[in-house]
Amino acid sequence: MSTLKRASVAVVGAAESDLGQVAPHTSPADLMAQATLRALDDCGLKLSDIDGIFSATSQIRLSPLALAEYLGIKPDFFDGTIIGGSSFMSHVAHAHAALEAGLCEVALIAYGSTQRTVSRAAASRPEYNYYETPYRPFLPASAYAMAAARHMHQYGTTREQLAAVAVSARQWALMNPVAWEKEPLTVEQVLSARMVSYPFTVRDCCLVTDGGGAIILTTAARAKTLKKKPVYVLGTGEAISHATISNMRDLTVSAAAESGPKAFRMAGIKPADVDMLSLYDAFTITPILFLEDLGYCPKGEGGRFVSGGAIAPGGKLAVNTSGGGLSYCHPGMYGLLVLIEAVRQVRGECGKRQVKGCDIALAHGNGGVLSSQCTVIFGSEATL
Amino acid sequence: MLPDLTRKSPLGIYLEHCSQGELAYQVCTDDHSAVFFPRVSVPGTGSTNLEWRVSKGLGTVYATTVVHYKGEPPLNVALIDVDEGFRLMSRVEGIDPMQVKIGMRVKVRIQPGDEKQPPYPVFAPLEAAK
Repeated sequence: MSTLKRASVAVVGAAESDLGQVAPHTSPADLMAQATLRALDDCGLKLSDIDGIFSATSQIRLSPLALAEYLGIKPDFFDGTIIGGSSFMSHVAHAHAALEAGLCEVALIAYGSTQRTVSRAAASRPEYNYYETPYRPFLPASAYAMAAARHMHQYGTTREQLAAVAVSARQWALMNPVAWEKEPLTVEQVLSARMVSYPFTVRDCCLVTDGGGAIILTTAARAKTLKKKPVYVLGTGEAISHATISNMRDLTVSAAAESGPKAFRMAGIKPADVDMLSLYDAFTITPILFLEDLGYCPKGEGGRFVSGGAIAPGGKLAVNTSGGGLSYCHPGMYGLLVLIEAVRQVRGECGKRQVKGCDIALAHGNGGVLSSQCTVIFGSEATL
Repeated sequence: MLPDLTRKSPLGIYLEHCSQGELAYQVCTDDHSAVFFPRVSVPGTGSTNLEWRVSKGLGTVYATTVVHYKGEPPLNVALIDVDEGFRLMSRVEGIDPMQVKIGMRVKVRIQPGDEKQPPYPVFAPLEAAK
């Protein structure tokens, strides 16, 4: 059981790099550095204040080395944990521990990807696995598609309900000036789009964009002296369950059912206390699974829960207000951008899409093929 | 007992069975549970009390999808729960990929290997395979 203390550390800086499609020859490290400088500007700290770095990208195997070299810093603490899109939620938990232990005082978490520019195949090279590769699953989509197929079989979830997730995300994206997608989307358009891996059409799948981001954390005491109101880390939870989809025991239950309760316990809150959810939407099935596994509806009810505009703007639960990986931005390991939107909602910086009175936001990251699940709960000063 | 990996690997033994037309798996002799993919120790316990068995080759579709690669016919990919108590990824052949249904009974056939690709198990509906 974690002994980390609720709200002993806070996010003080958060920024995206340029998103969407970047110029030829831009490197993932360029994007990490650009986001880092923006995040430093966001909090008023200097590059030389950073003494802990946390990073991951599929394009640079030893990314903490590359990031430190690029920025020209010699951090006292570094962590290159890479478990897919949830890596950065893990980094928040690890930064929390490092800050509490005094191993560093200002922690940078950074990510960058140019997968749209260089192609998905080049950005994230498939690994050969004798037990799966000969069957040519289109990974990761086919793994999530089989989870969706199980959910449909066991609980009567429909393709229309899956599509409602994509339509809701698009409605939020239309309120986000930097979202990739700019046009409205209907359930019918999702269903009739090009089939990728049944039951998913291309509109059930996350975008393929470039992009990156950075967040900066420090101790609660130091956070209070900086430019913006601190966004406190109230709770974190990490869980991994498998590496390959053939080895996931029940395709309808993710390890969010473990990471969520850990985070809620540490934060001392219940799911209903959360004002806004930022859930990694790699595919339309994932927010459905996470709403169930994090305790927002009973297992099997997720499809019915998301239909009828419940998670769209004006719905009963604000989910993925940025437009998500489905409509805003998805550079491959999207978790850092999931965190940034949650931070901004707690700060009240989200303009037209701002959730009123958002004091608690939950950011949930997913990695691999539903393999790694990490939950972070942020709170404003009002939650202390 | 831990295998001598300088002599034979778990996958190597598995492939020898495949080339004999057999779907092999391991059984933990402590509790008779099936282990798949083949490995040097029992997941969870670390026990090395593992024995090789040959499956009867009958199973049930646990999950299924149909992959659409550009310019190719639709391709089935499925997870099969084999009757002896293990699961593997495979495909169900011999029927329209969209007609592969969760719960369908299937029977194994070993796809012969060639220079590029070692042999691997595929499945067909039990009725069609007889």
